[in-house]
Amino acid sequence: MISNLIKRKIFTLLQVQYSNMLEYRVEIALWAISGIIPFFMLNIWTNNNLNESINISNTMLSRYFLCAFFVRQFSVVWVVFSFEEDSLMGKVSPYLIQPLNPFFRYFAQHLAEQITRFPFALIIAFFFFIFNPESIWIPNLGILLLSIVSTFLSFLIQFLIQSIVACLCFWTEKASSIERLLFIPTLFLSGLLAPVVSFPAYVKSWIYLTPFPYLIDFPANLLSGNETNISRGLIMQILWILILFPLFKKIWSEGTKKYTAMGS
Amino acid sequence: MVQNIIDVKNLSKSFDISSKEPGLKGTIKHFFRRQTKSIKVIKDISFEIKEGEIVGFLGANGAGKTTILKMLCGLIYPSEGSILVSGYLPFRRKENFLKNITLIMGQKQQLIWDLPPIESFYLNASIYDIDKFEAKKRIKKLSEMLEIDEELFIPVRKLSLGQRMKSELLAALIHEPNILFLDEPTLGLDINAQRNLRKFLQKYNKETNATICLTSHYMKDITSLCKRVICVHEGAISYDGKLDLLLKKLSPVKEILIVCRSEEDAIKLENSGFTVKNKIKNEITLKIENNFITSSLKNILNNFDIEDLFINEPPIDEVIGKVLIKKDYDI
Repeated sequence: MISNLIKRKIFTLLQVQYSNMLEYRVEIALWAISGIIPFFMLNIWTNNNLNESINISNTMLSRYFLCAFFVRQFSVVWVVFSFEEDSLMGKVSPYLIQPLNPFFRYFAQHLAEQITRFPFALIIAFFFFIFNPESIWIPNLGILLLSIVSTFLSFLIQFLIQSIVACLCFWTEKASSIERLLFIPTLFLSGLLAPVVSFPAYVKSWIYLTPFPYLIDFPANLLSGNETNISRGLIMQILWILILFPLFKKIWSEGTKKYTAMGS
Repeated sequence: MVQNIIDVKNLSKSFDISSKEPGLKGTIKHFFRRQTKSIKVIKDISFEIKEGEIVGFLGANGAGKTTILKMLCGLIYPSEGSILVSGYLPFRRKENFLKNITLIMGQKQQLIWDLPPIESFYLNASIYDIDKFEAKKRIKKLSEMLEIDEELFIPVRKLSLGQRMKSELLAALIHEPNILFLDEPTLGLDINAQRNLRKFLQKYNKETNATICLTSHYMKDITSLCKRVICVHEGAISYDGKLDLLLKKLSPVKEILIVCRSEEDAIKLENSGFTVKNKIKNEITLKIENNFITSSLKNILNNFDIEDLFINEPPIDEVIGKVLIKKDYDI
């Protein structure tokens, strides 16, 4: 039954959403370009020799921020905004009476968008290497595969967190404001602005208990070849998914009872 | 015996609604102390609908018609009472229940805006576990019934409202549901598109014996599709029964304009015991009760020299309009 669901429903959803995303290719290119925060951060770090304080070479730091850019490109989630709009405008109503949870639509939308983003991300990486030729490296196949898995798990964690927040629309109507609040720890603790290793030891021990460092820091370190505990990272990612998924299911089932089908 | 497919008992629905006084003072007060009150929008209603029936829900804006449909299809949770649709509790949204129903809202769309409708059809087909071959067959059949062809391959955003509505219908019917909930399906359509949609629904009902629950503010939708109507007034049912009985009850008298050969004949007719509404020269308008129309006309044609006559039905909108503002109709 699960294989049927994946094979037929998800595949068709992906196919349709990919066609839809291709209609927005220019916007997606711009979105890809707008994700270059890690490169700005790299500039700040190297110009101020901040890397010396964490014993990491310039080259490794460049690779880290390039990988952070890549991980961010393939784990960015906006489901809360889509769901909030659909919920407020009553667009979610027809989906609710179909035998497929509407979040599968959003999930497919995100995956399709990632596929569309891929070539643009490659072009940006190409230019990055032109300006930083010393950073060029080829990760071994095993690490590359583990990084892809880890990036996908990071996407799943973010998708679940935002889906849980999105479900709060059933109670608050404006759930995106909660998401904006969550964006602060995501920005600072995920490794997007600085590798988590740069935090003081006692802060780090707390950060590693939250899902945030497993969103960007862990997969980016893994892909760039920086020192990281692979098994702990992957286990923590899976653990967070196992915690968040039932929570999402529960909040979804309670929330739909509150649904008033506004705007329809 | 035809079985009940929808069974509603003592159904009520309340919504919590916050209210705000106008002006800055009201806004500040609303910010610090939000006042919400529970409003009962559906009040203890009960009805049954048989398989294959087409039932029209009539009511003024805000009467509760759409809320009833939303509860019947499982979109919103009832506050009190019970609903059984095709043997299922709708709000549990079981897969087999969802595969059996559809909801079409005139003002809402499920088609993907930037893609041609055909993409949404195949997507819906896969959601309802319909294989590609079967989906193709159904799309062909439904598009023939709905008379759409090239439109299937044009992005939705470029279609006219009528073409979009037809495509919406196709998307909503691809899984061949046997219960259709239609909330103002002809809203915004031109007269021809409205007529075509009604013809399609009649045909679909005839061919599949589907049950149709319909709300519409266009009386033509109701009169041409529904034998039975449920009138909703402030969340309660004010009438549940045959449409023609309701019309007879609401409009028991017909007006007949008779053109006599001469004014003398008109004067003779005026004094023959009929209720006269008015008389201008040789034209006279009589008011006759529905039950006596045939015998009265026979009498007039046999005893008076008549040039022409016209039976004026009161406008249906006017007649139905009365039911929307009244609480009870004892028929």
